[in-house]
Amino acid sequence: MEICRRNDEIEISELDPFLAELLRQIPASTNPDGVPAAEERIFSPPTNGNETEICAEWKLYVQPELRRLFQTATETVVADLEQLNGNEKKFANRTLRIPSKHADAWLNALNQARLVIAAKYRFTDGELSDQFRSPIGSRRDLSLFQVNFYGFLQEFILRELGGWEQGPSS
Amino acid sequence: MDKGVAITLFPAWKNAGPSTVDKPTIEKETRSKEDLDLPWQVVVHNDPVNLMSYVTMVFQRVFGYPREKAERHMLEVHHGGRSILWSGMRERAELYVQQLHGYLLLATLEKTG
Repeated sequence: MEICRRNDEIEISELDPFLAELLRQIPASTNPDGVPAAEERIFSPPTNGNETEICAEWKLYVQPELRRLFQTATETVVADLEQLNGNEKKFANRTLRIPSKHADAWLNALNQARLVIAAKYRFTDGELSDQFRSPIGSRRDLSLFQVNFYGFLQEFILRELGGWEQGPSS
Repeated sequence: MDKGVAITLFPAWKNAGPSTVDKPTIEKETRSKEDLDLPWQVVVHNDPVNLMSYVTMVFQRVFGYPREKAERHMLEVHHGGRSILWSGMRERAELYVQQLHGYLLLATLEKTG
């Protein structure tokens, strides 16, 4: 896999089928339904629990807004991921281009996915900082790899986003 | 501190005959706004999943902090478990917390004192 910035896009080329599949999994991975710990993490309370009135209002007025925001980000990512559903051979390497204007949506969706997966598997701090664990072994190992791979993408987008915010690349 | 004044009128017209008009009862309710105006703090809590660079970017964007200040707060969160990012009126504090939640950071508002 190669990742680089080209003008106003991030280009991820030479994507092998395994990594392409992990990217396709982003939208589904953002869904916290059925995992209370993930739902609680994505929609965390606005106070430390003492202000029940604020928490009730938050649920009523703010959470629906947040839900919409997260949904919109995920939909943008879904649209970009359509590029991976071309007519090439199933096992051919693919290229994905992310426009700079979609960078925020990608950061958000990747973050949702990482938080949901981490909450689902209750990864420890030690596991989360283990960047070199093989994805082969168990579903848990694969999910940890997924969290780290999405983190790597976030880091790259953030670095490039800094460049875009400062002005055109040299 | 401003005082909020609410005046409630309870006209007794329902039971009044055609030639008598009762004086309306005027109840004055004075409610202090102190509860609302006490400084509130916006606190961000540590989270092992969010990337340090991401948290720094969020602090820069939401609070307009320069990179160095944003990084200081990020490191405080990382090492100390929490950092007070801002304090002031409740309404603004709520807005900041909402924005931080939009970026999926663990943030709460807390009353000072």
